[in-house]
Formats: sequence, C-alpha cells, structure tokens
Amino acid sequence: MSSTVLTFVIVGLDDHPIFEADLVLRGEAGSRDDRTQYLHQFVLHAALDAVEDQQWQSTNMNLGVVDKFNNLQVSAFVTAAQIKFLLLHDGRSDDSIRQFFRDVHEVFLKVMMNPFFSPKAPVKSNAFHQRVRAISRSHFRS
Amino acid sequence: MFSTPLYKLSIIDRPLAKGKGEVSLSAFSFLFSEMVQYCQTRVSNIGELERRLEDTGFGVGLRLLEILSFREKGSKRDIRLLDVLKFVHTSLWKYLFGHHARDLEQSNTAEDEYMISDYDLFVNKFISVPKDMGQLNCAAFVAGIVKGALEGAGFPARVTAHFVPVKGQPKPKTTILMKFDAAVLAREHRLLP
Repeated sequence: MSSTVLTFVIVGLDDHPIFEADLVLRGEAGSRDDRTQYLHQFVLHAALDAVEDQQWQSTNMNLGVVDKFNNLQVSAFVTAAQIKFLLLHDGRSDDSIRQFFRDVHEVFLKVMMNPFFSPKAPVKSNAFHQRVRAISRSHFRS
Repeated sequence: MFSTPLYKLSIIDRPLAKGKGEVSLSAFSFLFSEMVQYCQTRVSNIGELERRLEDTGFGVGLRLLEILSFREKGSKRDIRLLDVLKFVHTSLWKYLFGHHARDLEQSNTAEDEYMISDYDLFVNKFISVPKDMGQLNCAAFVAGIVKGALEGAGFPARVTAHFVPVKGQPKPKTTILMKFDAAVLAREHRLLP
C-alpha cells in the first residue's frame, strides 16, 4: 500500500507559518476529511518544540525524524537563518527526504534573496509552489 | 533555438548568483550616499538615523547569512557563539570587503561583549561627519548587516558601530560592538562540552 500522507510546511521567524503544501498526488489521496487535516496541523505544530530542542544539538541542517505520532512522522530541516522546513509523512526513506529538503532549500534560497521576501510573511509565489510539487514528485514516487 | 533571456524568467527559474560580482566603488558610494540622505530626511535625531541605517542593513545580513552558508558550508549551521563570530569575521567580511576583518576581540570587562574592528571600511571612504552630528558613524549600516546575520543564526545581539581613535594612526578605526542577549550566553553555557 502506498503512503498517503505528505504535507510540507515552512515555518519562518518567530514561528510564523509561511508556506504549506499538501504533496499527495490527486487521486492517490482519496477523500480527506477535515478531522485528519486538523490532526496533521496539530502534529506539525507539536513537532516545532522538538525541532527547537534538537536544532541546538547538531550542526546539520537536516535533523531527520524529530517527532512521531502513531504512524505519522515529522522530518525537519533548519536553514542557516533558522527557517524551518517540516515534512509530515508516514514512513518515507530518510534518503529521499534528505534529497527533497536539499532541493527545496536551493529553490527557497532564490525566493529568499528577493528583496520583497520577509521571513514572517507567507510565500505566495505560484512558481515556488509548483516547483516544490515537482521536486516532491521526483523524490517520492512510490 | 534561442533560450529565454534571464530577465523574463521567474526568480525560481533563474540560477542563483555565483557571488563573484564586484561593483565599482563610485557606484556603491553614490548609492550609499543617497541611502544615507534618504534616511536622514526621515529622522529627527542622530540615534534614529543610526537605527534606520541598521534596519536597512538587517535584511542584507539575514540574506548573506543564508546564501554564504549555502555556498561555503554545504548543509551545516553554526550553533556555537565563537563559530558564528568567526563566520562574521572571515566569510561575511571577505564577501563584503574583500578581506578578513582585522581584529576580533572579546571585551575585557564584559563576557557578553565582542568587538570586530577594521580600518578604512569603504562605506566611510567619502563621508566626513559634520561636527554637530557628534559620534555618528555611517558604518551603522555594516552593524545592521552583522546584526541581521547574528540574529538570523539565533544569536540576538545589540550591535553598534563606533569610531575608536588609535595612537600613531591619523584615522580612527571603526569598531563594531556586539552585546549578546543573556539568553544566548545561557545557552552557550548549557552547550559547553
């Protein structure tokens, strides 16, 4: 059975959520009710505390799996300027997640170098959204 | 087939700048002079002017931290105070001014104060501060850049720029004084190996 949970969130300065994408392919997801959506938000939010603990224990940007809830796992990546990437999934391989984060980081840098970017405001770029989707498709084809 | 010119691509499709670009001193000085004048029209005293220059530099510092870390360190972050200071003193300074900063010292009197000093920062090259503006140092802009980089990395600090006269030198040196928040020091003690 293929995994069906894959949510990517970017958390900016002072815990402002600045980007969110549900990366599950259409059709694969089936119908998704509000309750699981809330649960996912909740798990991601709870994982932030774990990230804050662990980001001062390692110099790596990629922190691996930081938090678990039942079968849900949260992997995290913290950039030099402490922008946090969180990926909620149900057991993808560490390797593909690492590559996914690395590629997203590079694209995100381009967004960040834009003088109109603020680490507290949502990233609205449609091109960025689509690129993240494309990167996810290439790394998480299960 | 002709490729699409770069300026027509969205920023996502353009390659990241390689960072080898240099600008002419006159172009930079002109821009910087305009920036100082612009800030000056919007303030009522010198302290505010310095703060405005710092705020302008903040965003630059934050971005430089991110892009220089990406280019030079791969996927590593700095979590120790000394490593961050070293990053500012070498990588950041080299990128901004083409050489390492001259000195990086810890204050004798306070554990949470560090200083980076250098002669002839080119931001001050064509600036002479009128007498009635007192201690204004337009390197406040550089202080803002340093503040942006430190705060981005999770080391919030109060950063200010000062002129310090040196014996035997005709010109004073510029010192960037960094006073770190108590929380930073507390975390540093906790992380002691």
